[in-house]
Amino acid sequence: MRFAVIVFPGSNCDVDMYHAVKDELGAEVEYVWHDRKNLDDFDGILLPGGFSYGDYLRSGAIARFSNVMKEVVKAAEAGKPVLGVCNGFQILLEAGLLPGAMRRNESLKFICRQVELKVENNQTMFSSTYEIDEVITIPIAHGEGNYYCDEETLAKLKANNQIVFTYNGSNPNGSLEDIAGIINEKGNVLGMMPHPERAVDELLGGADGLKLFQSIVKQWREAHVVNA
Amino acid sequence: MSLMLEPNPEQLKAQKVYKEMGLSDEEFAMIEKILGRLPNYTEIGLFSVMWSEHCSYKNSKPVLKKFPTTGEKVLQGPGEGAGIVDIGDGQAVVFKIESHNHPSAIEPYQGAATGVGGIIRDVFSMGARPVAMLNSLRFGELDNARTKYLFKEVVAGIAGYGNCIGIPTVGGEIQFEPAYEGNPLVNAMCVGLIDHKDIQKGQAHGVGNTVMYVGAKTGRDGIHGATFASEELTDQSEEKRPAVQVGDPFMEKLLLEACLELVKSDALVGIQDMGAAGLTSSSAEMASKAGSGIEMNLDLVPQRETGMTAYEMMLSESQERMLIVVKKGREQEIVDLFSKYDLEAVAIGTVTDDKMLRLIHNGEIVANVPADALAEEAPVYHKPSREPEYYREFQAMENEIPAVADYKETLIKLLQQPTIASKEWVYDQYDYMVRTNTVVAPGSDAAVIRIRGTRKGLAMTTDCNARYMYLDPETGGKIAVAEAARNIVCSGGEPLAITDNLNFGNPEKPEIFWQIEKSADGISEACRTLNTPVIGGNVSLYNETSGAAIYPTPVIGMVGLVADIEHATTQTFKSAGDLIYLLGETKDEFGGSELQKLTYGKIFGKAPELDLEKEVKFQKQVLHAIREGLVASAHDVAEGGLAVAAAESLFGSGNLGANIKIAGNTVSALFSESQSRFLLSVKKEHQQAFESLVDARLIGEVTELPVLQISSEEGLVLAEQVEALKEAWKGAIPCLLK
Amino acid sequence: MYKVKVFVTLRESVLDPQGTVVKSSLHSLNYQEVSDVRIGKYMELTIEKSDRPVEEMVKEMCERLLANVVIEDYRYEIEEAVAQ
Repeated sequence: MRFAVIVFPGSNCDVDMYHAVKDELGAEVEYVWHDRKNLDDFDGILLPGGFSYGDYLRSGAIARFSNVMKEVVKAAEAGKPVLGVCNGFQILLEAGLLPGAMRRNESLKFICRQVELKVENNQTMFSSTYEIDEVITIPIAHGEGNYYCDEETLAKLKANNQIVFTYNGSNPNGSLEDIAGIINEKGNVLGMMPHPERAVDELLGGADGLKLFQSIVKQWREAHVVNA
Repeated sequence: MSLMLEPNPEQLKAQKVYKEMGLSDEEFAMIEKILGRLPNYTEIGLFSVMWSEHCSYKNSKPVLKKFPTTGEKVLQGPGEGAGIVDIGDGQAVVFKIESHNHPSAIEPYQGAATGVGGIIRDVFSMGARPVAMLNSLRFGELDNARTKYLFKEVVAGIAGYGNCIGIPTVGGEIQFEPAYEGNPLVNAMCVGLIDHKDIQKGQAHGVGNTVMYVGAKTGRDGIHGATFASEELTDQSEEKRPAVQVGDPFMEKLLLEACLELVKSDALVGIQDMGAAGLTSSSAEMASKAGSGIEMNLDLVPQRETGMTAYEMMLSESQERMLIVVKKGREQEIVDLFSKYDLEAVAIGTVTDDKMLRLIHNGEIVANVPADALAEEAPVYHKPSREPEYYREFQAMENEIPAVADYKETLIKLLQQPTIASKEWVYDQYDYMVRTNTVVAPGSDAAVIRIRGTRKGLAMTTDCNARYMYLDPETGGKIAVAEAARNIVCSGGEPLAITDNLNFGNPEKPEIFWQIEKSADGISEACRTLNTPVIGGNVSLYNETSGAAIYPTPVIGMVGLVADIEHATTQTFKSAGDLIYLLGETKDEFGGSELQKLTYGKIFGKAPELDLEKEVKFQKQVLHAIREGLVASAHDVAEGGLAVAAAESLFGSGNLGANIKIAGNTVSALFSESQSRFLLSVKKEHQQAFESLVDARLIGEVTELPVLQISSEEGLVLAEQVEALKEAWKGAIPCLLK
Repeated sequence: MYKVKVFVTLRESVLDPQGTVVKSSLHSLNYQEVSDVRIGKYMELTIEKSDRPVEEMVKEMCERLLANVVIEDYRYEIEEAVAQ
C-alpha cells in the first residue's frame, strides 16, 4: 500500500506523518507538494497537521484551493482512505469533505498535551483494530479544535455513526459533544484533531496511534490482496 | 512618504544630530577621521547601529575575552550566526541564545515572537535544521495586571511563532522577581542539527559574485532597533520606540525550507540573517569577514512601503529576510529555488575587492564607507568597575537558618512559589512534540530529543539563578554553569558546550560593570573545569527602568550529548520499592534561597558555595551510573531544597509515594539550597552496583502509598498526600493569573 | 475602482469565546452596560472595475473564501472610488 503525505506551504507535521508510516507502519510513503495534479499512484491520502498558509484568514481556508485538493476530492470520491489530522482535518472541513467547522479553543489558548480518547465506532477502515469503547492516549496540539456543527448535522452524524473518536474525561477545547474525530457518510474520509502519528513509538510516550494506521492497511489488504 | 528632510553633513555635525542616534562626540570624531571627510546622514546611520552595544559589544568585549571558546569538539566558536559542536558521525549540533528584552517590554507578543524568529534564522543561516527551542524568561511578581499581561503575552508570542513554524519548544525556565518589574527578560535559544559538509559561513567571497536579497520585503519597521536595545528604558521609551516589528512565522517557515534547500547548492557562497541592524550588519559583516567589499543598489531592494530613503532601508529591521552571496551566473537557479516557496530572491549587488560598503540609491552613491570600520573597528571601552557596598555587607553575614514552625505548611508554600510551581500553564501552550523526537518533554531537569536515524540524543537546558547572581556574581556564575551541567547529566547527557545571554543593567555604572566582570569570571572558571566552552551568545545591557537595574542575569544555555537514547532519564520516581539516594553534602545555606525569600520577603547573605572539583566528580559518577543502566530517576536538588526535589520526583509518577529519612538540622536537610546535590532512585537489584559507583547516601524508598513522608532521628517531620502537594504546585500559577 | 469593506462575524448561534472574555473584562472595567460582545474580522478590498457586477463578485468571494458560512455571517459595503 502506498501513501501520499500532502505538503502545503506551512505544513509542519508532514515529517512526523511520513516517518510514522515509513518507520513504524512499514508502508510505502511519499511527500506530495501542494501543486501536484495527480494522485492516481497512491492508495491512501494523508493530510498532515501544521499551519498551512499560516492559518491566515481561517485554518485550512486557503489550502483547500490548492491544486492537489481537487485530486484529494477525486480520491475521496473513488473510495480511497483520506485521513486529515489537525490542520488536515480543518482543511477537510473547509473543503466540504466533512461537515461542520472549527472554532478557537474555548480557553483561547493553544493546547499541547496527551489526552484520552474513546473509540466510539470501530466499524471503520480507520478504527477496525481498536475495541469499541477502548480508551486510548493520543496527543493534541492545536489552537482551533473546537468542533461545531448545527443540530441537524449533529443528528445525522449520530444517526450514521460518524463520530469515531470523542475526548474521554475532560474535553480540552470545548468541542460539541466532545467530538475529536468524525468520518464521512461513505466511511473513507476521517478527520481528527488528535495526532495519531505522534503516538507510534513507546520511546516518545505511547504507541496507541499505530493501530489507526494498521487499520487502514488491514482494510486495504483485505480489499486488494484477497487472493494473494 | 518620508517627509523628514535629512540634514546635510555640516548640519549633522553642527547640530550634533548623531547624538540622537546614540553616538558620542568622540565617536563622531573617529568616524570623521576614518572617512577623511564629514559623513552624510545615511553613513552616520550605518555607524550608529554598527557601533551600538548590541552590534559591536563595545562595552562588553573586554569581558567576553575571558571566556574559553575553543575545545576539541568546537567546530565554530563565537562570531558567526551560531556556534557549532561536533557530535560524531559527521554530525554537529548548532545552537545559540539571544535576547529580545526591550521589544518585549514594549509589545510583549510581537517582541517575544520576533525574538524566536530571529534566533531560528541565526541557526538555519548556518545551514542547520532547527530541531528544538528553549527559552529563559524573567518577570516581576505576578501580583499586578501589567506583569500578568506581559507574562501571558510573551508566552503567547513564543507559542504563536514556534508552533506555527513547527519547531518544538522543549524547555526553559522562568523566574519572578520585583527586579524585573519594568524590564522583563525574554531570551530564546534555538538548537539545530547539521552535517559537517553543509556548514555555511556569512562571508562575501569572490569578487564579481552576486549579492542577493531573499525573503520578506523591507518596510520602515524596527528602524534603530539595535540602538534602542542599547539604551535604558525610560518613560519616553514608548514614544521613541521604532515601529514594532511584526513576526510572520509562515514566511519564515518558507524561508527556512528554501534556505535548507539552498545550502545543498554549490552556487551558494555565503549566507547571513538580516537581524539587528538588518541590511547594514549583514552586508558589512559578510564583506568584512571575507576581506572584501560589497556594492549594493538599493533601488533593487524589495520594498513594502513607498518612498523609502537609503537610511531607512539600511536601518530597517523588518523580519524574515536573509542576505546571500551566490556565484556569478548562477542567479537564476536561486530565483527558481525560492519561487518554489513563493519567495522573492533578488540580485541587489556584487562583491568587490575594495573593502568598501558602497550604496547606490536613485543613481547616486549615498554611502561609501570601509566595511571593516563598521564591522570591526568600533571603539572598545574599558569601563570602570567597583565592588558594590551591598556585596561587602552580604559577605560579612553569617549563614542563618530561617525559623520554620510547620514543615508541611512550608513545603506547600514553597511548592506554590511561582518560580518553583508547575509551569504546565506555560508549556501546555507550546507544541513541544512536533517533529516527533521529544523523548523527555518539558518539566524534567533537561529536555531530551532523539536524533532520528541514530542511537544518539541531545539534552538541553537553560539556567540561571539570578538571586545567587545578585548576592555573589562570581559564585552565581559558577553555579549557573554547574547547575546547567547537572541538569544535562541528570537527563543522561554529557555536557558539550554553552551559549550565554548576558543580561545586565547599565554598564556605565561601575557597580554594574563589576557584576558583569565577576559573573564572567565565575562562568569562565566553571566552563574550564566542566570542559564546556562558550560557543556563542548575546549581550543585553541597559536593562534598567527609572535607574533601577535588574538582577545580574547571565543565562546559560547548555547542550549535552546523550550517547544512547536509552540513557535518557527523567526526574520522576518509577516504581514502588526503588531506593532513594542523595548525593552531595547539605550545609546550612539559605542565602538567596526560596525559604529565605518566603520567610523574610527579601534575599541577603552569601550565595551557596560551589566546589567545582566536587561538582565534576559527582556529575561523572551519576553519568557513569546512568550509562550502566543503574539509575531509575535523577533530579538536581535546586530551589526549595531536598523536600521540593522529592515532591517534584513524585508528581509525574502516577500514584507513588516516598518514605525519606533525613539527618542533621531539619530545616537545612529539607530546604537548604546547597549545590552539587542529586536526588536519585535505583532499583533494589542494582543497589550494590550503584553504590560501588556513586558516593551517595541511601535516604529512603519509593512507596506504593501515595504519601510523601519525611522523618528525622526524632520522628516524623512531615507527611502529606502527594495529590495534595501536587494540587498546590500545579494550581499556583493559574491561580495567580486569575 | 471600488473600495469594499467586508465584515465577518460568528453566527449568532455560535459561541464566541473571545467575545465572552472581552465582555467580562469590560465588566471588570465597570462597563456593566455591555450586554454582549461579538468579535469578527474586517477586510478592505480594492477591486478594479470589470464586466462582472461587483456585488455579485463580492458575494461570491465571501461565500467561497472570506467567510466560512458554517459558522460565520458576513456583510459588505461597496463604495465607488475615484482612482488616484
